[in-house]
Amino acid sequence: MRLQASGVRLGYGDRIIVDGLDLGIEAGTVTTIIGPNGCGKSTLLRALGRLLKPAGGEVLLDGKRIDRIPTREVAKILGVLPQAPVAPEGLTVADLVARGRHPHQTWYRQWSSDDESAVSEALSMTGLLDLADRPLDELSGGQRQRAWISMALAQGTELLLLDEPTTFLDLAHQVEVLELVRRLHAEAGRTIVMVLHDLNLAARYADRLVAMRAGRVVAAGTPHEVLTEALLRDVFDLDAKIISDPVAGTPLVVPIGIRPSP
Amino acid sequence: MSTTAYAPPGRLPGGVPAIRRRRVLVLLTLVAALAVAALLSLTLGTKPVPLGDTWHALTGPTGTENDLIIRSLRVPRTALGVLAGIALGVAGALMQGHTRNPLADPGLLGVTQGAAFFMVIGIVAFGVTDLYAYIWFGLAGALVASVGVFALGMAGGRGGPTPVTLALAGTAVSAFLYALTSAVVLLDQQAMDVFRFWQVGAIAGRGTAIVWQVLPFVAAGLLLALINAPGLNALSLGEDVARALGRHITLTRVVGVAAVTLLTGAAVAACGAIAFVGLIVPHLVRPLSGPDQRWLLPYAGLLGAALLLFADVIGRLVAPPGELEVGVVLALIGAPFFVALVRRRKPVRL
Repeated sequence: MRLQASGVRLGYGDRIIVDGLDLGIEAGTVTTIIGPNGCGKSTLLRALGRLLKPAGGEVLLDGKRIDRIPTREVAKILGVLPQAPVAPEGLTVADLVARGRHPHQTWYRQWSSDDESAVSEALSMTGLLDLADRPLDELSGGQRQRAWISMALAQGTELLLLDEPTTFLDLAHQVEVLELVRRLHAEAGRTIVMVLHDLNLAARYADRLVAMRAGRVVAAGTPHEVLTEALLRDVFDLDAKIISDPVAGTPLVVPIGIRPSP
Repeated sequence: MSTTAYAPPGRLPGGVPAIRRRRVLVLLTLVAALAVAALLSLTLGTKPVPLGDTWHALTGPTGTENDLIIRSLRVPRTALGVLAGIALGVAGALMQGHTRNPLADPGLLGVTQGAAFFMVIGIVAFGVTDLYAYIWFGLAGALVASVGVFALGMAGGRGGPTPVTLALAGTAVSAFLYALTSAVVLLDQQAMDVFRFWQVGAIAGRGTAIVWQVLPFVAAGLLLALINAPGLNALSLGEDVARALGRHITLTRVVGVAAVTLLTGAAVAACGAIAFVGLIVPHLVRPLSGPDQRWLLPYAGLLGAALLLFADVIGRLVAPPGELEVGVVLALIGAPFFVALVRRRKPVRL
């Protein structure tokens, strides 16, 4: 188990969103967290990435409490890409991706050949080498998202947490980003945890699905185990039919309508 | 990990070396501009001193009138201008970076008003009459105000001060201290006289002792600013990304605020509330440096010093036989300039 939450209690101030949640992430898997808005998916991901300190319970990275490992050491093992990140105006793609090397740099040694090769490798993996000198503001939404993922890649971590990496992207760009995630997993052996809204894409691109509702894990397992008509009723209050995805053979959700809440 | 499936990683297109060469070139140009400004500041004034005499005074003085003017008046004035300009330029850039506010200036954390308040307290309550002693009060006031603002900002933000809570706390504390200062100087004629001159901002009439007095604070502030630059680069991607990259957010903010406090405190205590340098200079150098703080900060320091010296020289020349204080000149140039800057293009997003 590379990353583990045990009995975590999460929230902001007095507002507790997740209480007593357990979740383990195994090495070399792609795990996708699904659930309705406000169920605590992003909060959980932030806690797994030590961006949010649990009010109770603990998060373990390779068996050690993540808050007891120096944060710079964590940053060499675990990368996190938050939802809708911001960048200062005029920042070029290459500059952004170079900032991913931050944990590997000291203030007196700012740039090394390792940094250089990690940055160009990340850019070639995301197909952005030709756009390296362009300011981020001039890119399309999909290109910008790939630039941010490149930054996280340049960090060179085995674990990567992505919070809604496909938000605001059209379907083609969503697929493009998720194909990149699949390649990272298949060819570079990364362990990936992400939050996604699109259930069909989640089923297609994840080894494991974790379904949450109201701060609890309702079901976890393979897409076939988790994405059932009963679960969609329980988690999303959605009446739907599950058929087999004619392309990938994964479960495909066809919505029927909203169930009135009990 | 394997890369065979992708284009072989080579040098980045455009080339990091080309960008770096351009940045070094800009740096050298700014150093040259500062050298020219310093030379003008040494030679020009109510009584112009020829270049040859200036060289004579600097290298082998023999006690001529020009030697005296250069060594006891122009050198300390120029040195103080360089120190204050570097300090205000760097502090302004740091402040705008930390608050993500293009209109932030070094006084935003209450440093300037803190220095002013402690100086008038020194005069009224402790009977201080010596410029050298005022400055200690000014430095202390800058420090106290900034610590107070940081504590308030910390209490307001969840798990650490945010740019917004810092700016709000700074504005509130500044207004409060300004009201107190005004109340005190209204009741005390001597404090009023000192405060009036301090408030304008000048680098004239301060001896060499004052330069040595503030030098360690500026040096310490610059060192902290240098250490803070990579952290500020990370913070400019948002607090979550900075944390993900292995940054201690609060520590990074503390170092930044400490640097701003030392730099601004030293500059305003020695020279008074010189406005506009810290506000304008970062905007002038940003097109040259891009959003990389490791280049933006040194550029801002060099241009700040050059701008301050040029403004001081202009002040010496426009109203003979008298002089205009550098603070007045900067405000006269700075205000329209800033309006033009804002009108020319939309304010940058930081």
